[in-house]
Amino acid sequence: MSSDVRFTDFKSDKQPTWCPGCGDFGTMNGMMKALANTGNDPDNTFVVAGIGCSGKIGTYMHSYALHGVHGRALPVGTGVKIANPDLEVMVAGGDGDGYSIGAGHFVHAVRRNVDMTYVVMDNRIYGLTKGQASPTSREDFETSTTPDGSKQPPVNPLALALASGASFIAQSFSSDALRHAEIVQKAVEHDGFGFVNVFSPCVTFNDVDTYDYFRDSLVDVADDDDYDPTDREQAKDAITDADKEYMGVLYQDENSVPYNERHGVEANKADIPDGAPEGAMDLVREFY
Amino acid sequence: MPSDLNWAIGGEAGDGIDSTGKIFAQALSRAGRHVFTSKDFASRIRGGYTAYKIRTSTEKVQSVVDRLDLLVALTQRTIDENLDELHEESVIIYDGERSWEAEIPDEITGVSVPLKSLAEDAGGAIMANTVALGAACEIASFPIENLDESLEKRFGDKGSKIVENNKDAARLGRDHVRENYGEFDYELETTDNDYVLLNGDEAIGMGAIAAGCRFYAGYPITPATDVMHYLIGRIEQYGGHVIQAEDELSAINMALGAARAGARSMTATSGPGIDLMAETFGLAATSETPLVICDVMRSGPSTGMPTKQEQGDLNMTLYGGHGEVPRFVVAPTTISECFHKTVEAFNLAEKYQLPVYLVSDLALAVTEETFDPMEFDMDEVEVERGKVVDDETVDEWLDEEGRFRAHADTEDGISPRSLPGTADGAHMSTGLEHDELGRRTESTDMRVKQVDKRQRKVETARERETFDYREFGDPAAETLVISWGSNEGALVEALDILENEGIDVRVLSVPYIFPRPDLTEEVEAAEDVIVVECNKTGQFADLIEHDVLTRVQRINKYTGVRFKADELAEEIKGALAADTEVTA
Repeated sequence: MSSDVRFTDFKSDKQPTWCPGCGDFGTMNGMMKALANTGNDPDNTFVVAGIGCSGKIGTYMHSYALHGVHGRALPVGTGVKIANPDLEVMVAGGDGDGYSIGAGHFVHAVRRNVDMTYVVMDNRIYGLTKGQASPTSREDFETSTTPDGSKQPPVNPLALALASGASFIAQSFSSDALRHAEIVQKAVEHDGFGFVNVFSPCVTFNDVDTYDYFRDSLVDVADDDDYDPTDREQAKDAITDADKEYMGVLYQDENSVPYNERHGVEANKADIPDGAPEGAMDLVREFY
Repeated sequence: MPSDLNWAIGGEAGDGIDSTGKIFAQALSRAGRHVFTSKDFASRIRGGYTAYKIRTSTEKVQSVVDRLDLLVALTQRTIDENLDELHEESVIIYDGERSWEAEIPDEITGVSVPLKSLAEDAGGAIMANTVALGAACEIASFPIENLDESLEKRFGDKGSKIVENNKDAARLGRDHVRENYGEFDYELETTDNDYVLLNGDEAIGMGAIAAGCRFYAGYPITPATDVMHYLIGRIEQYGGHVIQAEDELSAINMALGAARAGARSMTATSGPGIDLMAETFGLAATSETPLVICDVMRSGPSTGMPTKQEQGDLNMTLYGGHGEVPRFVVAPTTISECFHKTVEAFNLAEKYQLPVYLVSDLALAVTEETFDPMEFDMDEVEVERGKVVDDETVDEWLDEEGRFRAHADTEDGISPRSLPGTADGAHMSTGLEHDELGRRTESTDMRVKQVDKRQRKVETARERETFDYREFGDPAAETLVISWGSNEGALVEALDILENEGIDVRVLSVPYIFPRPDLTEEVEAAEDVIVVECNKTGQFADLIEHDVLTRVQRINKYTGVRFKADELAEEIKGALAADTEVTA
């Protein structure tokens, strides 16, 4: 990994097809900055994404990348990191991708604590399929599939993560560029599963969860001298606070031991001999 | 004196039937005898009828037959379930002191052994089955010392006291028979032959490690779980890792991720899991990711009969998934081939950068067979990784702007592959239709180019690889029997039965479903063509008819039970007779 990597080195020459003003631009820039700031380079970085607007990120970034199927990005990232622990693995998804179709994988990725960063572009709406309710859409929110307003409470992804044993939980806002990049960087630096829910507004289909709304309402825990992200109880109170939405690193387990370390997985598994491994006849002799 | 023996132990699930059977099978194998085992089991943890059957001979055995010589019956149902297979010389070992009154057919010899109380004498009622094994050794004139090694292997971890108690228990069983019954008409000779005893799932796991598989993700499902059980605790010693995923979708996606990271990677499941994996199978094919997906078939559809045999997934593996994507479908026909075809599946996957279905079935998975260890000669294993570029060779695949052409359109359809970490090899891959750089495109020209390119890999493989068949019987016979999967063993033995009756048959056992050998010449040269498979509709027969443009006869079994040699011989005779009637 070279020290002279700039964040633009992670940019591909493909122009994004996101709507003008989409929060995903800022979300992606923060991811690239975080990777560059932590000394990674594109040849040692693997980006995984699922389907939807968020899923396009692999095309606009320059690195090793896989754009997979809907909701399954986390298992792919898990496989990549276990197979080659030398790689920096970043998984990107949307609220539908991560908390609806992929909710089961989210719970298990969190508890496995594989050392990778999961950035969810949460715009509380399905954008690419043109405006249906998402699992994080607010109650009473009117969409094409909830014309009378959603009758279900939204998923609280941070609470889900905390309950599943997350070792790092953060929330950021794509338009607060420097702070967002800083939060993602902390997730990259975290030894374990770094989960960042990013408010990444959809300017086309969501006129409730707008830039103005987040700008006016988000409370940064970094501004509170008494907030201690290593205190799980404090994190729980913030995450389940029904009246406020917080950003910043809400919880970090300082004693986090990532999956690969816990399982003694160290070597790059791409290196294999050109025949059966040495001592393989032992495998046959076992059947005597 | 017969030296062949068909032995079984049966009782309720939870009675230790499986481990007891395995101990005896290993003892026979270690004594240089050939062994072939089969299992009857139900989909429940405790209770219900379950049995472990062993056929042993000094000659190679590779099928089950309709005959049972020595039965250890722990329940009345064990006797009832096997009535058809018992004969006048059969012997049943049962515990005459137990609460159930054994109803033994008049012509059959019952040997009452107080299994439980003798086990208690040896140190614990839990060893009742070992007492039965000792009794069986005496009846079969099989030296009990051979059992000792097996008991050591099974109980060694639990300490020498447990091993010694079991040895004592076996001797109490032997002595009881010796003192209370006369000599029996069996003599199981031992030989100096050196065999290993393993089942198909184990052979697949062993093949995977031999081939350099370093990542396995799976979700438990009968009858594929044993692949995972085998790998856990072993693959780590060779630098690999096993992860139990939260579901099948996760399992295949994890395996895909590991493959993209450059590891040889595999998942194994059964039919229901294959259904769930279909979407990611398509992603693997279009993103050109080398992946081995093992389908150990069981009775379907839906949950079907989880513990029963069937070969019903051929169409799923051949056609499953939306859109048109190239794949290889390789189906081992014997337990030994489970090893070799697994190695080959990994090589095919990487050489052609596509997913390979390795299709096995329950009959291969759960039955054990003896082999010369050199059938699994590790020195013969070759690992071919295909067109992997390194830091030097990557340059020739960069476009004018220095971008790696991961999906370059090549003459043979195979693109270069850069593993993460390779300088300048960074690229994306996607399930979307893509250009040479791996980026989404809807260009009509590029769409056609990429579809053709992926398809061309199959043509290249047809030129470079040998997709052949195994042949048995009389090459000049007018009757041709074609088979795939686990039916081979029973067919080979059926050949002998038919030959004794003057019926010459040529058997082709085909381990490649796609690409597969062209059998036109073989079919045209035959008078009668019969395709044998364990399904209702004849999925493989359909392929043969399609390829050769002629009608074939079909022998289909879908009871959930594998073919037996004598049964197959009858079926083939029946098919020939029916054919004669029609033409006459």
